[in-house]
Amino acid sequence: MDEQVMEILSRYERDPGSVIAILQDVQEQFGYLPPLALRLVSHGLAVPLSRVLSLATFYRAFSLKPRGKHLVTVCLGTACHVRGGQKVLEEFERKLAVKSGETTADNGFTLQTVACLGCCAIGPVVVVDDEYHAQTSTRKVETIIKLSRDR
Amino acid sequence: MEPTAIIRTVQNLEMVLEFEAHKRKTDTRPVLTVSAGTCGRARGSLQVVEALDAELTKAKLRSQVNIRVTGCHGFCEAEPNVIIQPHDLFYQKVEPKHAEAIVEETIRRNAPVDSLLYRDPATGEASRGENDIPFYKKQQRVVLGDNALLDPTRIQDFLAIGGYRALIKVLTELTPDKTVEEIALAGLRGRGGAGFPTGLKWQLVRNAAGSNGGEKYVVCNADEGDPGAYMDRSLLEGNPHRVLEGMMVGGYAIGAGAGYIYVRNEYPLAVKHVTLAVDELRARGLLGTNILGTGFSFDIFVKRGAGAFVCGEETALLSSIEGRIGEPRPRPPYPAQSGLWGRPTCINNVETWANVASIINRGAKWYSGIGTATSKGTKVFSLVGKIRNTGLVEVPMGMTLKDIIYDVGGGIPGGKAFKAVQTGGPSGGCIPKEKIDLPIHYESLAEAGSMMGSGGMVIMDEDTCMVDVARYFLSFTRDESCGKCTPCREGTQAMLDILTRITEGQGTEDDLVLLESLARSTRDTALCGLGKTAPNPVLSTLRYFRDEYETHIRRKKCPAHVCRQLNLYSIDPRLCLENGRGCDVCRRNCASEAISGGLNQAHAIDPAKCTKCGVCVDVCRFDAVRVE
Repeated sequence: MDEQVMEILSRYERDPGSVIAILQDVQEQFGYLPPLALRLVSHGLAVPLSRVLSLATFYRAFSLKPRGKHLVTVCLGTACHVRGGQKVLEEFERKLAVKSGETTADNGFTLQTVACLGCCAIGPVVVVDDEYHAQTSTRKVETIIKLSRDR
Repeated sequence: MEPTAIIRTVQNLEMVLEFEAHKRKTDTRPVLTVSAGTCGRARGSLQVVEALDAELTKAKLRSQVNIRVTGCHGFCEAEPNVIIQPHDLFYQKVEPKHAEAIVEETIRRNAPVDSLLYRDPATGEASRGENDIPFYKKQQRVVLGDNALLDPTRIQDFLAIGGYRALIKVLTELTPDKTVEEIALAGLRGRGGAGFPTGLKWQLVRNAAGSNGGEKYVVCNADEGDPGAYMDRSLLEGNPHRVLEGMMVGGYAIGAGAGYIYVRNEYPLAVKHVTLAVDELRARGLLGTNILGTGFSFDIFVKRGAGAFVCGEETALLSSIEGRIGEPRPRPPYPAQSGLWGRPTCINNVETWANVASIINRGAKWYSGIGTATSKGTKVFSLVGKIRNTGLVEVPMGMTLKDIIYDVGGGIPGGKAFKAVQTGGPSGGCIPKEKIDLPIHYESLAEAGSMMGSGGMVIMDEDTCMVDVARYFLSFTRDESCGKCTPCREGTQAMLDILTRITEGQGTEDDLVLLESLARSTRDTALCGLGKTAPNPVLSTLRYFRDEYETHIRRKKCPAHVCRQLNLYSIDPRLCLENGRGCDVCRRNCASEAISGGLNQAHAIDPAKCTKCGVCVDVCRFDAVRVE
């Protein structure tokens, strides 16, 4: 892990202003922010660990816990909400047997919500990993899970 | 001319512009323009591109046709769409399987593919080109119109339509003061929400602290967090250079040496395209020191947000760019005096920056001729929710709600009745159907208890519960409140608690009094815009839809059947058995085992076990589940 984090650090100037961008790259690489990586970033940028941790917990994009193999993101923007996005989320919660923000026991899926993806025309939107599913409904949830599991 | 050559002088850039324009003009091959913003891609537009490419190759026509992959054309409902020039055809909802017909019919035989033309849902009449479609007819696409003309990953396309001419003009013809004056004369106001006069803001930053000669900055606020608004995403994805050109003109006008774009990380394609555009400009020498040999030095940096709505607030945004948590700070001092790293900073929203080049190119007089007395120019709205033509619409300020909803938006689908429109996102409010003749501009929306915001326009029909809408927004602002100031942190939670009680049938008459007073005190005392405006959805729904609150409280009923705890679910035995033959789908999907019955039997719901999740309603294909 040291080398991977060092490689990420080397992409940026050693400037405290780069800390968020670096954490984003770490998150992308590992799927979460491992404790050791936070220490390396803190050391590398000469930013106190407390500040790195405060950033890591303030911003929604960061996770301190490992995520599942697939990341299911249900959009709860206004347009998705009035078209039943909340129900879609609840159906995912039932079918995956986790609450939003949690990871399934087999580490297959992490379920999360997002305030708006800006694809309001095709709501309710669900994104699994990088794939957008348009005009979803409770009926489509099972298929979406199945398709993603098989990938 | 080498397409990647460094452009060192104004004459050099003018030559390149002429060269690219000439190249485009003399290329008479047909162009297939495929919309491929995030929404288009989600609906398979890249597969359509592949299929068109394959079909053309198969037909040995590939070298005789151009395919242009662009950002969004605004008509989201018709995604993916393909515009064909010079035939002037607009094909909607194109799938890869249609590629063969497009090549054979349209490209080979010059004939339209009838099944792909847009048809008026009421009359069934087909429209041929973009300009015949009612959705586009009443629009004035000053900012968005160029999206269909260029591939956002190719600077050549932007140069071919006269890109960076505004930069040349200010650098060679206008002094910085004259540039500020032009923007002020145009009457441009901030498109991010508050509508502050842009020229005045530039003037303040230009005048600020120039004496000690320190750095100044321009910032583009692309942290478009309002749920239901996505015009900034569309602009950055589809025409990033237009925004960058605006920032460069702004940088020159106020005397800034650097600019930052703060983009939401939830918009990966926008981040990609704007980063590509910045890299390209740098490679061409259009960013850096001594740009075009004029002595103007300027650079632009892209910063990704990390998922905090509050970072759309300007002081929080600056804090985030500096690598700190996005907490707002009290103003004054305003960023114009003390912004990024304590230096004077001019922050404008994406759409504001995107207006700048048109004003410089076509003049303040032309621009101020569009719109109303106090709100000039056009505004892009994202028309979403219960509306037929979902999409990004750009109309002159002052157009009435009615024209936007019915003429451009095509009205409400499914024969439902229009109930309200929510504008301005979580900071805005709901405007009821009685105000449908309201002309839309900054002042009219504020008077109606809402606001322009970034231009989100969520249409609601009779199936939308206004108490639920208020609860939805408060749950949003409660989640997104940074927690720094007490009124916002505690106020949004307390209001949400009351609203949740009401939607679950536990509300009392006193709750309404308390709710209103909490809303007012949060509005008056919160630190930043997020908290100050968070009560707007509550206040506006209380103002126009008080009766709905009262029905929830007094009769424990939700008239729109949205608040599920107030609903009573039952199954119509006749519909279940006769139409569905007791298909049993509902029983198998009921998580609380509240449904009894089996194949070829009428099913029934046990109210004691029912958790009112509503899944049975969604899964029943025979409309046999009744909601009362």
